[in-house]
Amino acid sequence: MAMIEIVDVHKSFGDLHVLRGVNLAVEKGESMTVIGGSGSGKSVLLKHIIGLLFPDGGRVIVDGQVLNDLDEYGLNELRKKFGMLFQGSALFDSLTVWENVGFGLKQHTKLSDREIKKITTDKLALVGLKDVEDKMPSDLSGGMKKRVGLARAIAMDAAIILYDEPTTGLDPITADAINDLIIDLRKKLGVTSVAITHDMQSAYKISDRIAMLYKGEIQEIGTPQQIRNTTNPIVHQFITGSAVGPITAD
Amino acid sequence: MVSATGSPGYIINWLEIVGRKTSGIVTEIGRVIMFLVHTVRWTFSWPFYAKNVLKQMEQIGFNSIPVVLTTALSTGMVLALQSYTGFKRFGAETLIGTVVSLSMTRELGPVLTGLMVAGRAGASMAAELGTMRVTEQIDALSTLATNPMKYLVVPRFIASTLMMFFLTALGMIIGITGGYFVGVKVLGTNPVTYINNSIDYTEVSDIWYGLIKALVFGAVVGLIGCYKGFSTQGGAEGVGKATTGAVVVSCMLILILDYFLSAVLW
Repeated sequence: MAMIEIVDVHKSFGDLHVLRGVNLAVEKGESMTVIGGSGSGKSVLLKHIIGLLFPDGGRVIVDGQVLNDLDEYGLNELRKKFGMLFQGSALFDSLTVWENVGFGLKQHTKLSDREIKKITTDKLALVGLKDVEDKMPSDLSGGMKKRVGLARAIAMDAAIILYDEPTTGLDPITADAINDLIIDLRKKLGVTSVAITHDMQSAYKISDRIAMLYKGEIQEIGTPQQIRNTTNPIVHQFITGSAVGPITAD
Repeated sequence: MVSATGSPGYIINWLEIVGRKTSGIVTEIGRVIMFLVHTVRWTFSWPFYAKNVLKQMEQIGFNSIPVVLTTALSTGMVLALQSYTGFKRFGAETLIGTVVSLSMTRELGPVLTGLMVAGRAGASMAAELGTMRVTEQIDALSTLATNPMKYLVVPRFIASTLMMFFLTALGMIIGITGGYFVGVKVLGTNPVTYINNSIDYTEVSDIWYGLIKALVFGAVVGLIGCYKGFSTQGGAEGVGKATTGAVVVSCMLILILDYFLSAVLW
């Protein structure tokens, strides 16, 4: 059984029909990347997987549990299996780095501050950071914020990690370092991961499979090699970044 | 009646605009009520973030003391000065104390404290939560299996309600003291008469009425500040709108509710 199953999911905001019957399955331990242009519904899809949004129609099933059917307690219990890296890192700006990374541990375990600080130091080391525990998020660069966000995502030993545009806004070298980190974490922790991005270099590098979302529908799913060799004109135009083709710029 | 242009379409358009505006206002009121229901529900459920409540009590209450003290002191002093001018014309200067005490306890203490806290702490709440909303920090809380209503809204709501009570009590004391200073030390009214009149004509219920108003105003400031912050959309512009909206709506609600509370607590 797939770790994440998205079955015929529809979502509208007012008159805007964002997801139009999306079907997607992510196997345990797999790295799936959803690509698509701005406004294609990628972020909306990702928010459905962790229950930040709920579908108007269809179902989202995570680890055998239907998200739509869960109450507040059940949803929070399921969310403990997740880690999420946000596009802008979304670090709590009133908390220090270690308080950010250890936030989940503080809320959901009985560990002492000393024990939490030890774990956060280890997680920060895993993402290549040291001696930043007592800094505030405002003292960090964009790349460092992403790393701290990643450390926070893995702090609770998540089984599933969601990446929202992990390389957006970073310089190419830092972006590649984040890609390497995502691959490295998957090898070390064996997590299932779902990323959304429009950075094709990143998508090819970190993914086992890539799905293309266009106008609220999945156009094609395949390995990076299959996507590179696609005959679908929409997917081909997107991955080659051409202005000419069926996709028109907004 | 036919419109100036004589066009029925013009009237229909006008009715559409009025209908849309009315629908928008009613929807917004409904959302605020639902937000209040959720806030109250989460206030009485586990876990309770005591540390967050204390932090907010400091930010909303302790940090508002200077502005509340200044306002109350100034109001009490001006009230004594102005009522002296009026009362002197028919030889009732000794009633200055009564006017200052009744005004500060029943009306000016809670209303002015409410308006000052709405301007300072309500704006701060909306801006902070609005920024957290647009930078996805509120979503991040949810992904960390933490209820943002419980973690962010409930502490602010409790702190705002409780601290408004204490700030208003402080404002009443300072305002009355300011009135005494002007009435007795500046204008030369007999201190014994001043104090006796203040005590004789001010009942304990007057103080309670003012403090009940303060609790309601505190809840309004906390609720609206958090609601506006939580419903922020867009970037910096959205945060700006939320902040302005929080102050304007809170102040209007305080003034509107003041009349109804005064009528009920007559």
